[in-house]
Amino acid sequence: MFTFLVNRLFQALIVMFVISLVAFAIQDNLGDPLREMVGQSVSEEERQVLRDELGLNDSYMEKYTRFIGNAVQGDLGTSYFFKRPALEVILDKLPATLELVFGATLIIIFLAIPLGVYSAIHPKSTWTKIIMALSSIGISVPVFLTAIMLMFLFSIELNWLPSYGRGDTINILGWETGFLTKDGLLHLVLPCISLASIMMPLFIRLVRSEMLEALSSEYIKFAKAKGLASNKIYYQHALKNTMLPVLTVGGVQIGTMVAYTILTETVFQWPGTGFIFLEAINRVDTPLITAYVIFVGLIFVTTNTIVDLLYGVINPTVDITGKGA
Amino acid sequence: MKFLKTKLAIALLATGLSFSAAAADITVAYDSDPVTLDPHEQLSGGVMQMSHMLFDPLVRFTKDFDFEARIADKWERIDDNTFRFTLRKDVKFHSGNKLTADDVVWTFNRLKTSGDFKAIFSPYEKLVKIDDYTVEITSFEPYPLVLQTATYIFPMDSKFYSGEKDGKDKSIIVKHGSSFASTNVSGTGPFIVTSREQGVKVVFERFEDYWDTKSPGNVDKLTMVPIKENATRVAALLSGDVDLIHPVAPNDQKRVIKTKNIDLTTVAGTRIIQLQMNQNSHEALKDVRVRQAIVHAINNEGIVKKIMKGFATTAGQLSPAGYPGHDDSLVPRYNLKKAKQLMKEAGYEKGFTLTMMAPNNRYVNDAQIAQASASMLAKIGIKVDLKTMPKAQYWPEFDKCSADMMMIGWHSDTEDSANLSEFLTMTRDKESGKGAYNCGHYSNPKMDALVNQANAETDPAKRKVMLQEVEQILYKDAAFVPLHWQNLAWGAKSNLDVAPIVNALNFPYFGDLVVK
Repeated sequence: MFTFLVNRLFQALIVMFVISLVAFAIQDNLGDPLREMVGQSVSEEERQVLRDELGLNDSYMEKYTRFIGNAVQGDLGTSYFFKRPALEVILDKLPATLELVFGATLIIIFLAIPLGVYSAIHPKSTWTKIIMALSSIGISVPVFLTAIMLMFLFSIELNWLPSYGRGDTINILGWETGFLTKDGLLHLVLPCISLASIMMPLFIRLVRSEMLEALSSEYIKFAKAKGLASNKIYYQHALKNTMLPVLTVGGVQIGTMVAYTILTETVFQWPGTGFIFLEAINRVDTPLITAYVIFVGLIFVTTNTIVDLLYGVINPTVDITGKGA
Repeated sequence: MKFLKTKLAIALLATGLSFSAAAADITVAYDSDPVTLDPHEQLSGGVMQMSHMLFDPLVRFTKDFDFEARIADKWERIDDNTFRFTLRKDVKFHSGNKLTADDVVWTFNRLKTSGDFKAIFSPYEKLVKIDDYTVEITSFEPYPLVLQTATYIFPMDSKFYSGEKDGKDKSIIVKHGSSFASTNVSGTGPFIVTSREQGVKVVFERFEDYWDTKSPGNVDKLTMVPIKENATRVAALLSGDVDLIHPVAPNDQKRVIKTKNIDLTTVAGTRIIQLQMNQNSHEALKDVRVRQAIVHAINNEGIVKKIMKGFATTAGQLSPAGYPGHDDSLVPRYNLKKAKQLMKEAGYEKGFTLTMMAPNNRYVNDAQIAQASASMLAKIGIKVDLKTMPKAQYWPEFDKCSADMMMIGWHSDTEDSANLSEFLTMTRDKESGKGAYNCGHYSNPKMDALVNQANAETDPAKRKVMLQEVEQILYKDAAFVPLHWQNLAWGAKSNLDVAPIVNALNFPYFGDLVVK
């Protein structure tokens, strides 16, 4: 176990190093940050002076060494737009994104599992066909279109739900939450549904196929033969074994969902990390872009490592040290 | 008893209504929010809009480019180089300090050190205090645009911004990184900032001691939220989440107009969108007949009608109506037959190939306009190799004048014709900074001389003649392809009286906004 941890940590460090190199290399190709900082009539000389001040005229190696030197001390640069440390800006916006992902995850759990189980138990029913058809549509409609259609229907036409932003939030121990106010909850509904719509079909199908597989296995047949109540067979025996792969996939997918928030947040003007990332690209706010890429890289590396570790815990037959077997 | 109850209800309702008419609380959604609270840090639309809320200029533009007294209540020209402003005596800053001539002098000196603003104030030698409520501004040479530049002098509270905080000078202007002035503010304007979360919202509340007691404005609290996506911004208005939005994309305007209790207010804009023809990179473009042919081949009226949905004014010149250089006789020239004829005369009957670049997120429908222009040029045999890109990548290309034709939009900071030529059509000169955005490399000494002359002419009538001649020369030489002036649009609930407070400069005077 210990060797595994050290190994994984070492791998993670290498991955992070490569990510930082890439994140840093792209920033020269994103455009000229000066254009967003000065008015149109400022002369080229003025801009050169500012470029020197910002160290933009230094060579790649000079910039990179300076960046790494600061980064190991926890300083990922200062955002041009927010005028605050980039990491601080990201951490500031993180609660909004995490709440969005959390809300979407809840929707997925409470809808995908029952729907998946239902369609596995009644593979021939009309409802199953409808669920499957809808999930095919769901997976092929891009998230921004779903978002705009939802907004059109529920905000403009029906006027039930607000169209943008987070609404009222309450600060609890430094965490701005929208889950505790009515306004905040109403604002969460549409963005969460849009975000959930991407992952939902995948999970319905996953739960369904795993459940189908479980239902055709020997022990279920035996349970049936034994005359156990079908509810007990379905929900106690089959479902339990279905959940293992769902959990593993789910862990990784939640990481991916953080990346998908970029589109959802942009459409709903949701003040989270995905939104500021897209904004940062428009504004050529290079320190913030670099910090975000590294930060997201870190999230992926961490979740993957944790999932690998958990896998060993959940399924003891997997030998994570890679020895023996 | 029942009768009494009804009466009471009506009375309550009436007071409630009158109360809401007296003090309004509105939410405004713009496409961006100001990057800073320091009015001198960046010369951009967002910062200028904010300046008009938190500060007041010496004078400000009216809707028809005339001037209106603000902090200065009187002004007069003393001689060709000197101008005198008399200040109001009853103006208080948000901090409680009284405004005097010292604050104006202090502000002027700070403007001279601001990277973005100093170009506007470069013609001036100094601004001096005559007495507590009188200042005089002196230019090096005779200078006609004193009032125009005075719209950029928003007196700051010199006492508030002087001294040190955390070892740093409070008045320092910092472009990157934070400064005292970028997060603290004391102006004379109708509003104070009560909370600000950058990129999320800014809350403005009415300043109780505002000097302009005659202002009809009744907005007590104004929350400004940035909403980047056009579709979301419109949805926020249509669903009633916000009271006023800007901009409204051309595609959404019909919908805004059709919706009950929501109105669209438009103003003819002054930002000229044009295509420049690079004479340095393409031999054919040196020939005036080819340039004329291109101008005649591009149906800018069609572009305005089809792509801009009528949300722009077709242009035949640089200066929009209302500018001194505007000449009514210089009309758009679309004429395909003539264009073909001109190509033939120039010996390019078979046409040629050229490259074109345009941004795809800077101007309204910029990429579609470029595509349409390219296909129109195909009709006279010019094969266009078009590349469109986000503005962040476009500007470095524009700095290098990378393509044979490049799109640029320009809005004059002084709302004056000379500025347009100075940046877009005058001979490129690194030293003087003239022609800095002239990617056509068009050069005409006669026109250069005229613009310089106009910049030193203090008689408006004579100046007008010179600037009109400039436009005529540019028209004849086909110095560039004029496309259109973008209009500005605001969508708002009908109880907001938007029309009186908006203008072509896109600096809405929210202090005067009346909510019924």
